[in-house]
Amino acid sequence: MSLASPLIGAVQLALVVLGGPLLLGLMRVVRSRLEGRDGPPVSQPWRDIAKLARKQRTRPSESSWIFAAAPLVLVATAATVAVLAPLVTLAPPLAGSTDFIAVIFVLLVGSVALALAALDTGTAFGGMGASRALTIGALVEPALLVAVLALSLPLHSTNLIAIVANGSRHVSTLLGPSHLLALGSFIVVILAESGRLPVDNPSTHLELTMIYEALILEYSGPDLAAVTLGESMRLAIWLGLFVNLVAPVGIAANAHALAVVVGLVALSLKVAVVGIAIAIFEVTTAKLRLFRLPELLAGGFILALLGVVTGAVMR
Amino acid sequence: MIVLALVAGLGVFATLAALASRAVRVQLVAGLLGLVEVVAGAAAIHVLATNRSIAGHTASLVPFTGVTIDLTPLGALFTLTTAVVALAATIHWVGYRRHAMSSVSASSAFALFVTSLLLVPAAGDVVTFLVLWEVMALSSLVLVAHDHAKRDEARQAAWWYGAMTQGGAALITLGLVVLAGHAANPGFSAIAASASHLPAATRGAVFLALFIGFGAKAGLVPAHVWLPRAHAEAPAPASALLSGAMVNLGIYGIVLARTLLGVGATWWWLVAGFFGVISALYGSLYAATSADLKRLLAYSTSDNMGLVVIGLSASGLFAARNPAASSLALVATLFLVTAHALYKSTLFLGAGSVQYATHERDLDRLGGLARTMPITTAVVVIGALAVAALPPLNGFGAEWLVVQSLVHGLTNADPVTTVTTALFVAALALTGGLTIVAFVKAVGVGFLGRARSESAERAREVPVSMRIAPAITAAACVIVGVAPGLAITAIARASDAVAPNRSGLAATLSGFHLEALRGAVDPLALALGAVAATLVVAGLRRAGGPRAGAKLRAFEPWGSGRAVTSARMQYTATSFAEPLQRVFDDVLAPQHDLDVSHALESRYYVERVAYASANDDIVERRLYRPVLALAAVLGVRARALANGSVHRYLAYGFVVLVIALVVVS
Repeated sequence: MSLASPLIGAVQLALVVLGGPLLLGLMRVVRSRLEGRDGPPVSQPWRDIAKLARKQRTRPSESSWIFAAAPLVLVATAATVAVLAPLVTLAPPLAGSTDFIAVIFVLLVGSVALALAALDTGTAFGGMGASRALTIGALVEPALLVAVLALSLPLHSTNLIAIVANGSRHVSTLLGPSHLLALGSFIVVILAESGRLPVDNPSTHLELTMIYEALILEYSGPDLAAVTLGESMRLAIWLGLFVNLVAPVGIAANAHALAVVVGLVALSLKVAVVGIAIAIFEVTTAKLRLFRLPELLAGGFILALLGVVTGAVMR
Repeated sequence: MIVLALVAGLGVFATLAALASRAVRVQLVAGLLGLVEVVAGAAAIHVLATNRSIAGHTASLVPFTGVTIDLTPLGALFTLTTAVVALAATIHWVGYRRHAMSSVSASSAFALFVTSLLLVPAAGDVVTFLVLWEVMALSSLVLVAHDHAKRDEARQAAWWYGAMTQGGAALITLGLVVLAGHAANPGFSAIAASASHLPAATRGAVFLALFIGFGAKAGLVPAHVWLPRAHAEAPAPASALLSGAMVNLGIYGIVLARTLLGVGATWWWLVAGFFGVISALYGSLYAATSADLKRLLAYSTSDNMGLVVIGLSASGLFAARNPAASSLALVATLFLVTAHALYKSTLFLGAGSVQYATHERDLDRLGGLARTMPITTAVVVIGALAVAALPPLNGFGAEWLVVQSLVHGLTNADPVTTVTTALFVAALALTGGLTIVAFVKAVGVGFLGRARSESAERAREVPVSMRIAPAITAAACVIVGVAPGLAITAIARASDAVAPNRSGLAATLSGFHLEALRGAVDPLALALGAVAATLVVAGLRRAGGPRAGAKLRAFEPWGSGRAVTSARMQYTATSFAEPLQRVFDDVLAPQHDLDVSHALESRYYVERVAYASANDDIVERRLYRPVLALAAVLGVRARALANGSVHRYLAYGFVVLVIALVVVS
């Protein structure tokens, strides 16, 4: 039985929406166990979201419509990508125009909306968070786009589905040095984009060291629920894309119902494994000083550049 | 031909209409100019639609050579872009006249400037081109010097602009005259036919002269120094034209050089690419760290023109081994030029509205405008998102196309091209990231949050014409972004003459589709999806949200336990850019000055701390200042040559005559 493409989009969206907060919860559980604490249950982020959603909305007294719109934009852009990206299957809606660069830039719209909202609060913390987040974002960009260029080399196409499909058909591409170097740079990008250690400490409580938490400091109630949901969806999307570029095992090649179910399970397992790995890495590492980050990000850029050069030379 | 004569005639008429009485002057000139812009735009659309040039020649008007007009599809694209930008600027001017630019000189210079901008791309021979180019340069100089009586900065800007533009024009004249000297007549078609017979060294030298001359007009680093001064000091409608139309003609010139000289050698395009990369990075870095709204926009223009030149360079580099990628790169570049014209004129007109309402352009003295000037803010937000290349606006389409052409160019590329292309992508990406910082800062600090000064607090929304004008260009940004089909068709036609379109680029109404590349993106679908999702989430927030009856509550924001009472506790534009400034400390070399005075009784008590930091243009400080200082010293020394003795002057004349005779013989 074949599924219609809107249905597939809905399946992917449901997985990302439901699974994103669970992924966050899973990573927190792993961290607390390794730190010798019991920690909250895996479902805790969902409980938080449900609790926040019932509360009253607040806004800083001198903010504008931008502050109110940003959480919506964050969730909406993440949802758009969740529908279109090759996460569970290679046959999501609009498969012909699922471009890697478009995916990156749609997610970027969410980041920019949050940064504008942070400045709209009219406080020092909002500005601090926005300034730091965007500085890191600007320095991540070269690594990210050059990594995309390296991944696009085998097909000379930046179509994300074509890239993943090519990987699942020709395993040799996956083991090529160009691909591996690009993915190495991709790891740095993901850690920075989703605000994980050593770039940002997601569980910090000290305002002056905050990046992402300072950005959303003024949100509460349903808005904070939306922001939390949106951020966890983005983390799930980044990790989902990463695992499908590293090992497109189990991804549904067509829209057959059984294949989609297999793809669903495979993606969940793969993302969980990577999530646990990141959590373990986070326990064993310390946050880098903000002004040491350019070195890390430049390292990511160099890896990607080497990926392009080796990819072009080895052809 | 007649239609272009009509444009020129009406333009001259509008220029003279500036002599009308003060009460009706601006309205009269603006009305006539609007007519000029509509007629020129219609002529350009006609050329693009029928793919047939408007050409003609008249022996009168200019002695010896006459005037040749040849509005090709390429030129028509630039004329059309200028017409749209100029129409918005003219409408904006009607309201802006209460703030500035209502004098006879400003009105006539504006009319002359618009007319020459519309006609430069229609010039068909060297003489016509140079005459129109000079009219454009001089009329814009009058506008840059508009505030010369009140502000020293405006005088400085006019000096810098005048010197740079005339230096550039000298190089352009040199290059074109060398070409015309070898051709049967000074018409561009005759030059193009004969230039291939020139020796390679001559062609290379001519290319360099033209590239530097036109590059200075486009604001490429290191010839950009006039740009942040002139664009910032000119009144807003003029800034919008400088940045949205005049710099484009610098790019037109570089493309013209390629049509005249052919693709040429690889090193031409490596040189061009080098300056493109430098301009893109340098411009975006200074835009990100600048605290003056109009200087920020001006640096961003330099950055965008850098990206455009990167595209032109890629097109030249790919031409030999991959003509399809070459033509795609050219289409992408021209798309970027038109996109930049639309969003940058939106932003400059928006900045003009802010200046009108607050008399400020320092970001640290603005803020809180989203509530008092909602329409201007909304328009500026659209412009800022477009320049940040975010989907679904036209800036995203341009960036996507440029990256696609670079990806495509890696097929069948030699090692030099491969490495250059990868560096181009990196430069594009870093520039993109820095641009986002710059424009989130411009909007976030300048328009959002709390008002940072009394004048910002008192701001009121501007007159209706100043709200409509940037809204036109902003709407164009959205429309070209989500439905690029018509624009792509027109641009492909314009670029066909330079690099025939073999890229299989097919634009449907709603998106870009590159058959050969398996590349496609549908900004319209993305936009609709995201908007639908936003509405759904908004509905959910409403349904599951506040308990019955409870509304959105406004709170005092968190101030670490104490009440936030002062707008001065917000992040400023300078503090926002501080991390970046530190990261790029070696490049920017900002100057800090910390002056601590201690109390008399003890060194442990501080009485007063004074801190000043300046982030002026490092190219200007390290490259131009020493040269100018040297020139001043030499000038003083050279006074010794002129001691007032007539005999000595006669001797100089004799020596020069002898040298001239020796050289000639």
